Amino acid sequence: MTYQPQKDFGTPASRSPEAVTLTIDGREVTVPAGSSVMRAAAEQGTSIPKLCATDSLKSFGSCRLCLIEIDGRRGTPASCTTPVEAGMVVRTQTPQLAKLRKGVMELYISDHPLDCLTCGANGDCELQDQAGAVGLRDVRYEVEATHLGQEKDHSNPYFDFDPSKCIACSRCIRACDEVQGTLALTMEGRGFDSKISAGLGSDNFLGSECVSCGACVQACPTATLIEKKVVEIGTPERSVVTTCAYCGVGCTFRAEMRGEQVVRMVPEKTGKANRGHSCVKGRFAWGYAQHQDRILKPMIRKNISDPWREVEWDEAFAYTASELKRIAGTYGKQALGGITSSRCTNEETFLVQKLVRAGFGNNNVDTCARVCHSPTGYGLKTTFGTSAGTQDFDSVEDCDVILIIGANPTDGHPVFASRMKRRLRAGTKLIVIDPRRIDIVRTPHIEADYHLPLRPGTNVAVLTAMAHVIVTEGLADEAFIKERCDWDEYQDWAAFVSQARNSPETLAPVTMVDAAELRGAARLFAGEKNGAIYYGLGVTEHSQGSSTVMAIANLAMATGNIGRRGVGVNPLRGQNNVQGACDMGSFPHELSGYRHISDDDARRLFESDWGVALDPEPGLRIPNMLDAAVDGVFKALYVQGEDILHSDPNTKHVSAGLAAMECVIVHDLFLNETAHYAHIFLPGSTFLEKNGTFTNAERRIQPVRKVMSPMNGLEDWEVTQRLAQAMGLDWNYIHPSEIMDEVARLTPSFAGVSFERLDEAGSLQWPVNDAAPDGSPIMHVDGFVRGKGKFVVTDYVPTDEKTGPRFPLLLTTGRILSHYNVGAQTRRTENVAWHKEDLLEIHPIDAEDRGIKSGDWIKLASRAGETTLRATVTDRVAPGVVYTTFHHAVTQANVVTTDYSDWATNCPEYKVTAVQISASNGPTDWQEEYEALSERSRRITAEVTAE
Amino acid sequence: MTVRISDDAVALACGADAVAAAFVAAGAEVERVSSWGMHWLEPLVDVDGTGYGPVSPDQVAAIMGGTAQSIGRIEDHPFIAKQTRLTFARAGKTRPTSLDDYYATEGWLGLAKAREIGAEAVIETVLASGLRGRGGAGFPAGIKWKTVAGATADRKYIVCNADEGDSATFGDRMVMEGDPFMLIEGMAIAGLAVGASKGFVYIRSEYPHAIAKMERAIKACAHLIAPFEVEVRVGAGAYVCGEETSLLNSLEGKRGEVRAKPPLPALEGLFGKPTVVNNVLTLVAVPWILTHGGEAYAAFGMGRSKGTMPVQLAGNVKHGGLFEVAFGITLGDLVLDIGGGTASGRPVRCVQVGGPLGAYIPPSQFDLPFDYEAFAAADALIGHAGITVFDNTVDMAQMARFAMEFCAIESCGKCTPCRLGSIRGVETIDQIIAGKDVEKNLDLIADLSETMKYGSLCALGGFTPYPVMSAITHFREDFVVRKTA
Repeated sequence: MTYQPQKDFGTPASRSPEAVTLTIDGREVTVPAGSSVMRAAAEQGTSIPKLCATDSLKSFGSCRLCLIEIDGRRGTPASCTTPVEAGMVVRTQTPQLAKLRKGVMELYISDHPLDCLTCGANGDCELQDQAGAVGLRDVRYEVEATHLGQEKDHSNPYFDFDPSKCIACSRCIRACDEVQGTLALTMEGRGFDSKISAGLGSDNFLGSECVSCGACVQACPTATLIEKKVVEIGTPERSVVTTCAYCGVGCTFRAEMRGEQVVRMVPEKTGKANRGHSCVKGRFAWGYAQHQDRILKPMIRKNISDPWREVEWDEAFAYTASELKRIAGTYGKQALGGITSSRCTNEETFLVQKLVRAGFGNNNVDTCARVCHSPTGYGLKTTFGTSAGTQDFDSVEDCDVILIIGANPTDGHPVFASRMKRRLRAGTKLIVIDPRRIDIVRTPHIEADYHLPLRPGTNVAVLTAMAHVIVTEGLADEAFIKERCDWDEYQDWAAFVSQARNSPETLAPVTMVDAAELRGAARLFAGEKNGAIYYGLGVTEHSQGSSTVMAIANLAMATGNIGRRGVGVNPLRGQNNVQGACDMGSFPHELSGYRHISDDDARRLFESDWGVALDPEPGLRIPNMLDAAVDGVFKALYVQGEDILHSDPNTKHVSAGLAAMECVIVHDLFLNETAHYAHIFLPGSTFLEKNGTFTNAERRIQPVRKVMSPMNGLEDWEVTQRLAQAMGLDWNYIHPSEIMDEVARLTPSFAGVSFERLDEAGSLQWPVNDAAPDGSPIMHVDGFVRGKGKFVVTDYVPTDEKTGPRFPLLLTTGRILSHYNVGAQTRRTENVAWHKEDLLEIHPIDAEDRGIKSGDWIKLASRAGETTLRATVTDRVAPGVVYTTFHHAVTQANVVTTDYSDWATNCPEYKVTAVQISASNGPTDWQEEYEALSERSRRITAEVTAE
Repeated sequence: MTVRISDDAVALACGADAVAAAFVAAGAEVERVSSWGMHWLEPLVDVDGTGYGPVSPDQVAAIMGGTAQSIGRIEDHPFIAKQTRLTFARAGKTRPTSLDDYYATEGWLGLAKAREIGAEAVIETVLASGLRGRGGAGFPAGIKWKTVAGATADRKYIVCNADEGDSATFGDRMVMEGDPFMLIEGMAIAGLAVGASKGFVYIRSEYPHAIAKMERAIKACAHLIAPFEVEVRVGAGAYVCGEETSLLNSLEGKRGEVRAKPPLPALEGLFGKPTVVNNVLTLVAVPWILTHGGEAYAAFGMGRSKGTMPVQLAGNVKHGGLFEVAFGITLGDLVLDIGGGTASGRPVRCVQVGGPLGAYIPPSQFDLPFDYEAFAAADALIGHAGITVFDNTVDMAQMARFAMEFCAIESCGKCTPCRLGSIRGVETIDQIIAGKDVEKNLDLIADLSETMKYGSLCALGGFTPYPVMSAITHFREDFVVRKTA
C-alpha cells in the first residue's frame, strides 16, 4: 500500500461508557463523554488544524491553531482542551477562526527556516501541512529575532536534533514524560528563549538520561527530531505492519519502506502490546538485518578445523540429509536431535519440532526456554493448569499494587515498563524484590514502597515468609480460596507457611531481608484491592526456579488476585517468541498446546495427521543432549536460531558436548559462537524477510510480515521444509499460513487461529476456540483451567552453589536496555554507543577490599571457569553480590556459570554463582584460546571447491 | 505620649526606621503599626491621633516639643475621610502581628461567625455579599467556593494569590505587612466553607517584609485556626505566576507555565485537587462580610460590582496611596480629586488602569464609573485596581512598545501568540517608531493584537493588546506623526 501516516485523533480516547452527542459543522457525532471536541471532530472525519496535539499525549493547548467557536459561549476556545458536552454546537470553520489561525501560522513561519525542499521532513511535516491547511500565503513581519542557525545535535546515533526547526510545542518533552516516563527532556528558559533541552546545558542527547526510545522523534511534528535514516534515504513510500523481533513484549511496528529498503521502524498505535510506544531496540536497532557479517550462502566443512566452503542450497540439503541418515544408521536414531528457536516464528518452530518427531523419529527436541522460562511452564501448569501468564498488558492499568520479583522491566521489557511506570506515577504501590537496586526502585516520580534486596538464591524463602505474614496475620482471602481453590491443599499449605521457621524474622539471616520491611511488603500486597505480580528470569533461573513460580502462584491465590483485570501472575518473557516456541511443542515431553507425548489421544491425533508413528517417550533436554554427546551417544544436532555456546551455562561443558558431535547444523543469520563447532551452516532470514507469527508474553499471537525478499533466497521455514524433503518427508507447504492451519487443526487452544483472522483482528490471545472465539485477554476468569487452583508447599532448599573462602562473592547476571540476549543482533548496531562491553558491578566495600576501582580490568573466577572484564563500583548491588551482563562474546560470562539447575526443569542456575574477583592485567588463557578458535573457525575459503 | 510609625515597606523606604529611632532616643514610646496608605506623607508620624509627615529625624524634637506643623487629625484628612474602609479599617492603627490588637479590632469575629453558622451558610453569605474576585477577573467568589465545596475529593486546598506584580499595585502587600491575621482569617473561613484543611499563600519573592510578617503571624495564630493550616510559599520572580494556573504549577514545584482550562482549578487545581484560588484582597473582604453580613457589604457599590475596592494610586500622581472606596466612583474623581493630578504638576495625559496589561484611558473618558461592566464596555479593565498616572510628556508609542516588551519578557512561552507575537510586536512597533511603512505596520499590529487577544492561552498574551491598541486608538498622533519626524 502507498504510504499513509497513522491517523492522529489529536487527543487520547476516553474510556467513559457514557455517550455524548454534539453537532460539529452541522453534523451530529456521538462520542464517549470526556472526549475533546478535537477528538470528536476527528472521529467524524473533520480535521481541525493542530500542531501541539497528538493522540498519544494529554491535551496541552499551546499552539492555538485548533480554536473553535461554540454557540452560546464567548471567545474561541481550543478544541483540544474543550471537552464535549451534550447538545453543544461547534463550528470549526468561520472567517474569524480562519483569520486567527492564519495569524498564528504567520508567527510560526516568521521563525522557521524556509528550506522545505531540502528538509528531511519534506512531505512528512505537520507544520508544512498546517501552513497549507490554514492558507498562509505571506509573512508580513520584518523579522529580527529568530531561532535560526543554531547548532544541531548529532550525538544520538539514530536521530538528529535541530533546534532551529523547533516550534516549542513540547510534544517531545510530553512524550518523554507521559509515554516513556524517563523525563529526560525539559524546556529551558521562558518566553521566546524557551528551548528543548536534554537535561543540563552541557548535555547533548547521547550524554543525557535519554534512553533513545524514539517517543520524542515520533511525537515531533517537524524535522527538529528526525531519524538519521530519513535524512539519508528520504521519506518512506509504503508501510507494512509487523511485529518486533526483540523481547517478549511483542511491539507492533510499521516497517516504513522505500522499495526493499527499510527507512524506519515506527511503533503502530493500534498495537495492543505497545499502544504506539517503542524502545531503542525495536525502533532503531534493526541495522543488523543488513549487516555485512550476515552469511547468505550455505556452507559445509568436513571437520571443524577446516575452513568453511560455500555451496549451493541443493548441495547443502543433500549433504545434510546424508549426514543425518549416516549418523542414524551408525548410532541409531536417538543420536539425532534439534533445538527450536524462540526468535523464529511459530510456524518455523513448529516445523523444526515436527522434523525431529516425524523425521528424526525421536523426541529429542528442546528450545531455549529450557534455559529461561521452563519453570514458568512447569509451575503455572501445576498450580493453575496453563503454562502461561494470566493477563494482558492492558491489565496493568487497573493494578493497585505491583510486585516485581526477579525482573528488571526498564531494561528487559522497556515498553511494558513504560506502561507500568505510567500506572505507578498515578499512585499504584510498588514492591520490588531484587538483589540489585534496579532502576524502577527509584525513577522520576516513582519510588518503590518496599525494595527487598534479598541474597541471590533465596526467592523461595522470601516468598514463603511473605505468605507466613499473610496467613498468620489473617490477611488471606479465604472466600476466594474456598470458592476457587482446593481447600484441603490450602490448609496444608497454610499450616506449612505458618510454621515459625518460615517467619520473616527466622529467615532474615538467610535472605538478608529486614523482617519488618518484609512484613510491611506482605501487608501492602495483601491489603490493596488489585495486586499483580510481574516476574522474570530472576525467578526461574535458579535451582528452585519451579518452586519460586509455584510460590508466586500460591501468593496470588492466597490474596485472591487471579481472574480479573489488574491482578494475576505475569511472567515477563525474554525473547520475542519464547511463549510461542513453548506453545508449538518444542519441549521433548510435550506436543503443541502442552499435551504430554505419552498422552495416547493427543499423540494419535498427530500420528494420523502426519502419517507417521511417534515415539511415546519424552526425548532429551538440551543439557541431556550435551551430556549424551560427551558420553558418545548423541552425534547430530540441528540448531535453529540459538547460540547455545554463548547463552547456555558452563561454556566449557557446552563446547565439549558440541565438539563430541559429528554433525552440528547451525541455522542462523551470523557465524555465531556455536558455529565454531558446526559442520553445516544454513543461512537464516530476518523477521523482515518472512511471514509468520510471534506469540508474546501475553499469549498474544501477532503477525510477522515479509517486507523484503530474504537475502539468502529462502525463509527459514522453507529451509526446514527443504531439509525435511531431502530426508524423504513429503512436506509441501506453500505459505506459513498453512502451517498455522495445521497447528490450529492439532491444537485445541489454537483452534480458532488463522492468518485470515489475525489479519482481521490484528492479534489474538490464546486460547482462541469455540469457548473464546476472540481470544482470552485474561485467564482463569470463572475458574482455573485445571479446575481448582492448587497450593503447593514450597520448602526453601538452599542451592548447592555456596560461597566459601575461595569464592566469597555471589555473581548474578542480567541484561541491559541497549542489548538483547547474546547480543548477536544488537552488537551489530549503533547500540554499542551505550554499552560497548560487559561490566562487572561490585559494591564499594568489596571493591575496596580488593583494591579495585571503576574501569579496572578484573578477573572473574568461579569453580567452572574464569574470564576478565572491567569493573564498575556501585552501591546498586549489595555487599557480597556482584553482577554482570552476558551480551558480549569476548567476555563470555557463562564461562563462570555452573551446571546447577532447576530441580524440575533443568533450567540453569544462572543467577547464583560463587565467584572471586581479583585485579587482572589482561585476558585469561581461556579467552586467548577462545579468540584464536573464533578466528580459525570463521575462515571461509575463497575458491569454490570442485565437486 | 504614644508615637505610632509604620513599619510598612514604603515607610521603611522613606526612612521610617531612622525617625522611629530618633523618637526612642528622645524618650518617646514608639509603636510600629501598619500604614495609613498615604504614601506621599511617609514617614507619617501619628502622635495620639495627630499626624506629621513626611517626617525626618531632625524634626523629632519639634514634634515632641509641640512646635511642628501637623497635618491635623489623621482620621479627618480628606484622603482618609473620603474613604469607606471596610477591609483597611485597621490600617495605620494596629500593630501588624499583635494578636491583642487584632482581637481588639473585631479580629476573629468573622471566623467565629463562620464556625457558628457552618459551611453552607458561609457560602450563602459570601454569595449574598456579591463579592467578586479582586485579582482582575472579577469572578464571583461565592460561586467559586460553591464549586469547590461541591467537588468530592480526599483533599482540597485554599490558595491565596499574593504574587502581586502589576504596576501601581500594593494593596496585597499592605495587607500582608499591615494586617496579616485578616488574611489568615479569610483563608480559614474559606477552608471551612469548602472543606479544605490546608492553605498556601504564594507571595512574590520581592516582598521580603510581607513574607516575614506572614510567617510570624501564621505561627502566632496557628492554634486559633486549627485544624486549618496555612503555609507561605515564595515565588521565583515570574510575573506570569500571578496567573492562577501557572501559580499552581509553581506551587507544585513545576515550571511556572500556564495550564489550559478546563479543567478549572476549582475542580482540578493544586496537585489535581479542588482548589480555591483567590487574591489577597478577595479573601480579606470575607471576615468583614461574615461579621457584618452579606447584605451589609452588598449595600455598597453599583450594579453587579458590590462592596468596596481598595484602589491603588501611583505613577506620576500628587497623592499616591491606597484609597478604599465603594464601586461607582468615577475615574476622574479618583485621579484628579483624590489623587490631586500629577506630581509633576503638568496636565494628565492618560492613566493606565489594571496594571501593565490594562488599557490607557484618556481624560475624555474620566467620567467612567469604577465598575467592572462599565470598564469592559469601554475596552478597559479594572484588574487589581492599580492606577498609573502619566503627564503630557509621555510617548505613547514607547508605551505601546513597552507593553509588547513586557509580554515578551514575562511570557511563559507556552502558547504561540504570546511567545512569538510579543517579539514580533516589539519589532513591528520599532518599525513604526522608525517611520517605516507606518500604516501597513499599524494594520499588522491590529491583526497581531487580534491574534493575541483571541488566541492566547492566558491573560498575559490575551490582555497585552489592551494597552497597545488603546494607545494607538486614543493617541494615534504619537505613532503616525513620526512618519515625518
